[in-house]
Amino acid sequence: MPDLNPISWWLKLLALPNESRTKTLAVAFLVSGVCALVVSSAAVILEPLQEANRAAERQARLEAMMAAMPGMADILSESGADRLESVVVDLNKTAVTDIDPAGFDMRAAATDPETSTPIPPEADVAGLGRRTNYAVVHILRSGDALRLVILPISAAGYQSTIHANLALQGDLNTVAGLSIVEQGETPGLGARIEEPAWQALWPGKKLANAEGEIRLSVVRGRATNEYEVDGITGATRTGNAVTEAVQFWLGDFGYGPLLDKLRAGALDQ
Amino acid sequence: MRALRHLYSPIIDQNPITLQILGICSALAVTTSMTTSAVMAVALIAVLVISSLVISAIRRHIPNTIRLIVQITIIASLVIVADQLIQAFAFNVSQRLSIFVGLIVTNCLVLGRAEAFAMQNPPGPALLDALGNGLGYSLILLIVGFIRELLGAGTLFGFTVFVSIYDGGWFTPLNFMLLAPSAFFILGLLIWGIRTFRPAQIEPPDYKITIDPNRRAP
Repeated sequence: MPDLNPISWWLKLLALPNESRTKTLAVAFLVSGVCALVVSSAAVILEPLQEANRAAERQARLEAMMAAMPGMADILSESGADRLESVVVDLNKTAVTDIDPAGFDMRAAATDPETSTPIPPEADVAGLGRRTNYAVVHILRSGDALRLVILPISAAGYQSTIHANLALQGDLNTVAGLSIVEQGETPGLGARIEEPAWQALWPGKKLANAEGEIRLSVVRGRATNEYEVDGITGATRTGNAVTEAVQFWLGDFGYGPLLDKLRAGALDQ
Repeated sequence: MRALRHLYSPIIDQNPITLQILGICSALAVTTSMTTSAVMAVALIAVLVISSLVISAIRRHIPNTIRLIVQITIIASLVIVADQLIQAFAFNVSQRLSIFVGLIVTNCLVLGRAEAFAMQNPPGPALLDALGNGLGYSLILLIVGFIRELLGAGTLFGFTVFVSIYDGGWFTPLNFMLLAPSAFFILGLLIWGIRTFRPAQIEPPDYKITIDPNRRAP
């Protein structure tokens, strides 16, 4: 009759000499199993708190970007801060939806097959795979004139997904500002896209030329014209990713149709 | 009482940074302000104490061939948990510490104490030894952080102590104090100071230059 009592199995295992193969394997698997359990439960339990922190950080950055933009304080004070409206836009139908932007999570929508669209490989310059159908866009008007549009953009970078907000002035062709919302690029190289000094290069740059072709890009070395932004030495691939984010999201598969409608004043509220 | 020696001797006499010169890299990187130094110190003490305790508790059953991997697995898991906790409860500080919490894994101090002490001693002394070494490390981190933040920015824990010239005061911040090399100088001066008061720490020179009186020029 074999011994099936787990306690005596355990004691037998402990009594084995340390150098035996069975015990070596058993200790290795037990230690890694317990460690995996501890790490994954910490990650799962703390996830909501961390996500709330990140959301607060995103909001703070959006507000900081608003505050840093030239003339923004005047526009806000004369028109009242409530004139900055946040709307959830359906990118497939190019129409404003009635989803509440405060509780809407674009990142979750981008991974859910129900609320996202696979990007055809030839259009997927930013390496994202799927694109959310709904995007949270901030629009500032004074009177009937469009003053500012803030668009969330993203792209696969060198070793992380870069998320940013791109603000366009009322002509929808001049950059009002860029703020990096989240990135995990190499500290000291690619991560320098978070530095205010680099983001300060963006305001005033032009998006597309007269033919409507998106020209704005991060170049290697120094910018030579109004469509170029200085690259960061040693961070070519991160710079390329920011370029790809702009090219993809402002193109036909991103906000292109939305911007056309806004230009024509045909986006119904 | 003899057990308590494990607790207090690493604070000055066997200090891991100034005597054993372990854990220097993080001491340079995170000491630009008191807040980051303090959070780093707390995280390191927590990781060091728990890892020493766990490793010491299972030390008789760790096969010799895989002992380093087992130790590093335990330490790395604790570091990930500490990092997650900091991201959840001290988000701003976690942004400033960036990768350095994760790099506690490679802090020679943690693996050093596990391998040198916890593997050979029961959990009680291992706990005291880890706590003592953690406190010794924290003490140096806080001293360096105090000097660098006070002279580099005129603040302590973010509160203004000396009003800088940028805000209309008299104090010109020493920007050099915010760069990593300044920590080398402060650590060097600290080691010099400690060895002046504790001559027992002075190491005998490896070589002595002697001049042979009969030596002739070639």
